Amino acid sequence: MTGSLAAIAPTIPAPQIQYGQLSPMLLVFGAAIAGVLVEAFSPRPLRRTLHLAITLGSLAGAFILTVFLAGSSSLFGGGRAGNVAAVGAVAIDRPTLFIQGTILVLAFISVLLIAESSHEVSAFAAQAAAVPGSAEEREGLLAGISHTEVYPLTLFAIGGMLLFPAANDLLTMFVALEVLSLPLYLLCGLARRRRLLSQEAAMKYFLLGSFSSAFFLFGVAMLYGFSDSVSLSKIAIAAGGNTQSSVLLYAGIALLGVGLLFKIGAVPFQAWKPDVYQGAPTPVTALMASCTLVSAFGAVLRVFYVAFGQLTWDWRPMMWGIAILTMLGGSIIAITQTDVKRLLAYSSIAQAGYILTGVVAASTAGLSSSMFYLAAYGLAAVGAFAVVTLIRDQSGEAGHLSRWAGLGKRSPLVAGIFAFFLIAFAGIPLTSGFTGKFAVFQAAIAGGALPLVIVGVVSSAILAFPYVRVIVLMFFSEPVLDGPAVVRPSAFTSVAVGIGLLATLVLGVAPEPLLRLAHEAAAQLFVR
Amino acid sequence: MISPANYVALAAILFVIGGVGVLVRRNALVVFMCIELMLNAVNLAFIAFARLHGDLNGQVIAFFVMVVAAAEVVVGLAILTSIFRARKSASVDDANLLKY
Repeated sequence: MTGSLAAIAPTIPAPQIQYGQLSPMLLVFGAAIAGVLVEAFSPRPLRRTLHLAITLGSLAGAFILTVFLAGSSSLFGGGRAGNVAAVGAVAIDRPTLFIQGTILVLAFISVLLIAESSHEVSAFAAQAAAVPGSAEEREGLLAGISHTEVYPLTLFAIGGMLLFPAANDLLTMFVALEVLSLPLYLLCGLARRRRLLSQEAAMKYFLLGSFSSAFFLFGVAMLYGFSDSVSLSKIAIAAGGNTQSSVLLYAGIALLGVGLLFKIGAVPFQAWKPDVYQGAPTPVTALMASCTLVSAFGAVLRVFYVAFGQLTWDWRPMMWGIAILTMLGGSIIAITQTDVKRLLAYSSIAQAGYILTGVVAASTAGLSSSMFYLAAYGLAAVGAFAVVTLIRDQSGEAGHLSRWAGLGKRSPLVAGIFAFFLIAFAGIPLTSGFTGKFAVFQAAIAGGALPLVIVGVVSSAILAFPYVRVIVLMFFSEPVLDGPAVVRPSAFTSVAVGIGLLATLVLGVAPEPLLRLAHEAAAQLFVR
Repeated sequence: MISPANYVALAAILFVIGGVGVLVRRNALVVFMCIELMLNAVNLAFIAFARLHGDLNGQVIAFFVMVVAAAEVVVGLAILTSIFRARKSASVDDANLLKY
């Protein structure tokens, strides 16, 4: 009976999943699920310790697995560019592994900030459901509890970030985009202090984020209509063999571009960035400023290099315009900022513009310099936001810049470290910012984008102004009377600041090893 | 028999209606519903293309979109209700503490 059924029914071949190659992502997702179980079954006093062990352990483990994969001969033996795993859904190649490794390092440092508990119980709300100012909220605060759900949420977001740049078809990319975004929307709204701001940031991020996801998805639908597939390589083949102009193809590129450029915060899709960066708890801002940016750029690079690699002449003018707008818009609006997190947000917008000049080059040099810039900027950004968490007064972090006046006289070390990060963002030599800018601008010139580089240099000069203003404010003006104090950092924040500082300095003085690594990772571009 | 190409046009129209709704409506819930309308327009486009190409993938993608949209509703409504409880208003214009 069963034999005859099997003879009639066509056999469905089981898909081949390369678990080994997907192991970094699987480990992070598995740890996130374990974190949910901890939240459900472990007694409250134990939770934070367990979460920390699981979160940091899985991130470190995933990084080690990534390094192993990068050295494995089965993936890259015989000059192969990599492998397309999980029936074409996920591409494991050298640029992906470089980006994933970067994300894991940055995520590890961000989790250290998230776990910080020496200034107050935690940076996150006691009960997010309690109305701000209510008796219920006071009870939670007095009990000294906080949401430990942030650890599994962070891990889910990081898992999505790892998958986003590795996705080899647009459906996987969309699912990864949502897996990384949804936990971030929630994390933004969980601040312990200034909860109305935090909730507002979460709502703005959520509404604008899902708006942009809809654009992304409609772009995917257009490309599916054009090429009968959502696989990046099949879209590339269909686009390459396309002789007459196609509305579907160009509408697809544009709409997909909107969705992706929103995530990196390029002008004119930047409106969410300052609000969300300011309102979100600072450790979450650090996570978004570093890991989300790296991940989103990884996806931008893959889509535009693989799927639209033969259409460079079609999308380049659009990218030129956006890069120019982003560099100038970010740096000019940064001048008027009075809140340090908003200032760093506009700075992050401008930095996204500089990295876009590397993307526009559409070459191996463009890819390697973008990846180097992402790693260098991510490390400096995490360090800068870590410093921001240390400058506090009674109401929590002192965000307003007027409160920072004279900080350099009271705590020269912390002010000096922050000034160093600002100098790195401005791209002064002997910092990682200079090396990164030099690399992307060099790639852009080689790719024939000299005007873009000129705009980039002008915008860096503009952007240096707000940075210098903050430095002058910290070191050359009188301290405010009841000004904020610099709290003594615990080991967690010290390590985060230390790594950021060390990386910014080393990548400025001796960038050769990481540059070479990025160059080797980019040598064969993406696997198709 | 209506040609599947017409459904693609209908999907585009629905998508634009949703997009305009997001931009002009002031109630956060209505804005969110407009986003859902855009996602459903995308589903219609996928299914119409699947029919045009005689390929099942488009229909499967529509299921994925539905699942993701459901997850988005869970997260979104949680955020919107917590804001409503704090401010007694669901207007996106009232949430104006963060600007410039």
